[in-house]
Amino acid sequence: MNRYFWILGAFIALAALLAVGLGLNPREVPSPLVGKPAPAFNLAVLGKEGETMGPEAMRGKVWLLNVWASWCVSCRQEHPVLVEFSRRGNGTPIVGLNYKELRGDGEIDMRRVVPEQEAPLARERAAGWLKQHGDPYLLTVMDIDGRVGIDYGVYGVPETYVIDKEGVIRMKHTGPVSPQILNDKILPLVAELSR
Amino acid sequence: MKALYIAGLLVSLCILPAQASSTYEAAVATDPVAEKRLQALSRELRCLVCQNETIADSNAELAVDLRREIRGMIQEGRSDNEILEFMVTRYGDFVLYRPPVKAITLLLWGGPIALLLIAVLSLRSYLKRRSILVAKTDKPLSAEETRRAEALLKELDSK
Repeated sequence: MNRYFWILGAFIALAALLAVGLGLNPREVPSPLVGKPAPAFNLAVLGKEGETMGPEAMRGKVWLLNVWASWCVSCRQEHPVLVEFSRRGNGTPIVGLNYKELRGDGEIDMRRVVPEQEAPLARERAAGWLKQHGDPYLLTVMDIDGRVGIDYGVYGVPETYVIDKEGVIRMKHTGPVSPQILNDKILPLVAELSR
Repeated sequence: MKALYIAGLLVSLCILPAQASSTYEAAVATDPVAEKRLQALSRELRCLVCQNETIADSNAELAVDLRREIRGMIQEGRSDNEILEFMVTRYGDFVLYRPPVKAITLLLWGGPIALLLIAVLSLRSYLKRRSILVAKTDKPLSAEETRRAEALLKELDSK
């Protein structure tokens, strides 16, 4: 009798381990950047010829960095949430990081794009997309070759970072921001950091 | 506006002869040693887009970019450890196919050893209990039982 308890116990332990393991989302890789200063960059601002911007410009503010691209289907899904968020106007700026506007698009054969044309074409596409879907961003910077994306550990667009007044990344969300994630996770954190 | 942009795109797609852009990987083996290092390093690294492939195997955009990054760092003369460190600070330990032993990976590394230990210990205790049980129940036959057993054996032999 006793040993059946053992077997049952072992089975329950294994089942519990598997239940927890299978319940985890393998796409949610914890970012090592949380708690670290936001990596520096200096990228061209969309729509402002010759102007560049970096994270130090946002010092003293709690802000969101949202990585997007016009070819990214999930971005289209989350975009209304961001537009609504900016329209509600609680003063939290969102900076857009346009990630590999042309190179990331599987439909485009980059061998056929002249290098000098890439940046203007990317700007045109990004601006067109924002015009069509709404622009929730304080400004958008253009990461044409995805190098800044690598510094931020971007591996699946869209991604959203919450950055505090000292310029430290406090949260990273991979995948589209749903109203639920915005209300339950991002907004409380922003409120806490803004205090 | 949109038509204009599509037209612009089409024009730019048609005009030129195929001109390799930097997204595409430079021709391999300008330096075989560096290329070998790149191969070895990218086999150690996980592609985060297709998580069960290495950066060496994967054709995902990100893997191509990261191979380019590694190639650049090799050219700058950075050591293998520095390159792996570069990846870990950005993507975390998950990017390594051989994660380091840490508090959080203890179950991962120690789990199999712990399971083996549990198995050996329980086997030992089972064998011990069994031998006790055998010793307890293993009594010599009584006179009556011996007689019956011999009778049965005799019966078998006579057949």
